[in-house]
Amino acid sequence: MSTDRTNEPLLVVRDLVKKFPYGSQGLLGKPEGYLHAVDGVSFELERGQSLGLVGESGCGKSTTARCVIGLHPASSGSIKIDGQEMVGAPSSEWYAMRRRMQMIFQDPYASLNPRQTVGTILEEPLKLHTDKKPRDRRLKTLELLDAVGLNPRHINRYPHEFSGGQRQRVGIARALALEPEMIICDEPVSALDVSIQAQVLNLLKDLQQRYELAYLFIAHDLAVVRHLCTRIAVMYLGRVAEIADRDELYTRPQHPYTRALLSAIPLPDPVAERERQRIVLTGDVPSPTHPPSGCTFHPRCQEMAGEVELSCTTVVPQLEPVEGSTSCRTACHLRARESAQAHGNATGAPAG
Amino acid sequence: MPVLDVQNLRVRFETHQGTVEAVNDVSFSLEEGETLGIVGESGSGKSVTSLAIMGLVPSPPGVVEAGGIHFDGQDLAQLSQKQLRKIRGGRMAMIFQDPMTSLNPLITVERQLSEVLQTHEGLSRRDARVRCAKALGDVGIPNPEARLDAYPHELSGGMRQRVMIAMGLLCNPKVLIADEPTTALDVTIQAQILELMQRLQHDHGTAIILITHDLGVVAGMSDKVQVMYAGRVVERGATLPLFHKPLHPYTKGLLTSIPTIDGDPNETLSSIEGQPPDLAHLPPGCAFEPRCAYRVERCATERAALEVVAGQEGRSSACHESDRLANETGQELGGAR
Repeated sequence: MSTDRTNEPLLVVRDLVKKFPYGSQGLLGKPEGYLHAVDGVSFELERGQSLGLVGESGCGKSTTARCVIGLHPASSGSIKIDGQEMVGAPSSEWYAMRRRMQMIFQDPYASLNPRQTVGTILEEPLKLHTDKKPRDRRLKTLELLDAVGLNPRHINRYPHEFSGGQRQRVGIARALALEPEMIICDEPVSALDVSIQAQVLNLLKDLQQRYELAYLFIAHDLAVVRHLCTRIAVMYLGRVAEIADRDELYTRPQHPYTRALLSAIPLPDPVAERERQRIVLTGDVPSPTHPPSGCTFHPRCQEMAGEVELSCTTVVPQLEPVEGSTSCRTACHLRARESAQAHGNATGAPAG
Repeated sequence: MPVLDVQNLRVRFETHQGTVEAVNDVSFSLEEGETLGIVGESGSGKSVTSLAIMGLVPSPPGVVEAGGIHFDGQDLAQLSQKQLRKIRGGRMAMIFQDPMTSLNPLITVERQLSEVLQTHEGLSRRDARVRCAKALGDVGIPNPEARLDAYPHELSGGMRQRVMIAMGLLCNPKVLIADEPTTALDVTIQAQILELMQRLQHDHGTAIILITHDLGVVAGMSDKVQVMYAGRVVERGATLPLFHKPLHPYTKGLLTSIPTIDGDPNETLSSIEGQPPDLAHLPPGCAFEPRCAYRVERCATERAALEVVAGQEGRSSACHESDRLANETGQELGGAR
């Protein structure tokens, strides 16, 4: 399925910015300002791998995904899919690209047309993007239903005749119809009940192995992401706070926000849940129209207290590699100083 | 004496598709200062149970029947709407899931809060304002005086939920029913709200009924847990033993199917097969039978009653095979993980 002509990642995003105007005065008036929903995000996604984008509401994870698939035009930056630059590309190029890139939405009730049968819904992408004959399209549809664990005999049913979990399976089947290389999953299980969530997660994992799919997986639930993604980016107010391989992120989180986020997840184990020390952040996520100066996390940061010589409140930290880690990059002045000190000790010792 | 005692509660809705038995024969009691967690998925009847206790089930189509709902020794089922109104919001309060739809968008925070005090305690507007400001401060809202004049849309989700909690606690209720109080919130805000609820419970000795689908929240907050499926209680017990050795296959299935942040991520999640049942067409036997890994022949025809499991103190399960679950050796859930 993949072309394998280069070794470069399937998806490379560099300094992606998406801003929305707000508060315009009158019809043609100038906007009061711009809300930077995504503010300089960079990441890569390898073929057949999965990258999780996690964060709380308003952190820009969904907007990032929508820019990648072209539902929002990016304001600036670069999105390269298989080496092809997509920012500013004409719609014909986007149209061709959608064959290779599909999306699964959060709400299985809202993302399926209630007036179409499942057969029609699944056939539509085949009609638009392939020259398959009606008979072949029908066969492919049946095959898709089978692949996602639905009864192929239900091909003539309407969405309302299915339960929530089954509807999400229909959404997944639709995304698979064109045999894409990459699927963007926007909170695919957060609307589902616990017992159904596990079924859908297992299905997504199974399909990934079977079809060598790459997933860009958006979620707010760190436990769900951990189950499906090998690399994870934690976002806060439009920026990546930390990006690392899975095991590294969950065992040695670096950014204070990641640490707080991990400690805030309630554990389904009464003993562990009652014993552990929880970092409870104070305050709310600030408004993205007026983000705090410097590191946008500084008003809530539990580790910054007493640090006066650092520029947390004035200078925006950049994503930098963490000393002693191969996979982790984090945007934090505290970590940068620790890395610098460790580095200084290592090289400075012989001289001193 | 329990502060709240519910006996044989039934709620059904007459719909075009037939009669839906949303809550079926549910009994439980709540002691002072205790937290009872009610766990279940959509359609399990957990929210309807709480609405029925508060007398808020719309009728028609809802029909509530109960062997008795005793609050502080008084049978709520016998009270008129007028008498109920005196208790509701005062000595018994409720926090709803979505603070945006449960606060009136057209009036200020102060008016919504002071209405409670004016109704239940007959305070003057000025006295009420002082109490309201104090209540907002108690739930951790910075600058409460100024916030009193805000409208709900001017507050963030976490702030709105705090206002809801402040409103629920204004008259120091004996019983607080919290229906998915943190589901609409982000995890860092959820942690703040849960901590707040625990602190307030500690200070005031309020008994809490915590309704949620999140087993993690229940694990940290509840003394007792009651698991519901298709309108019935399928298991009940103290939180610790229930999480460590569930005695109903559904509870066990729920506990093993959630992804955790410390388990093996490469392992396939054990999931509960099949789909939740259609409440209008429940099977004659156990409603969980079609999805159950422990089913035996009689499960399809004979529903097990919720009974104390032999040798398991204070724990009950509605399953023919609960002994098998109790005697199962092998990996224990929870702490051993």
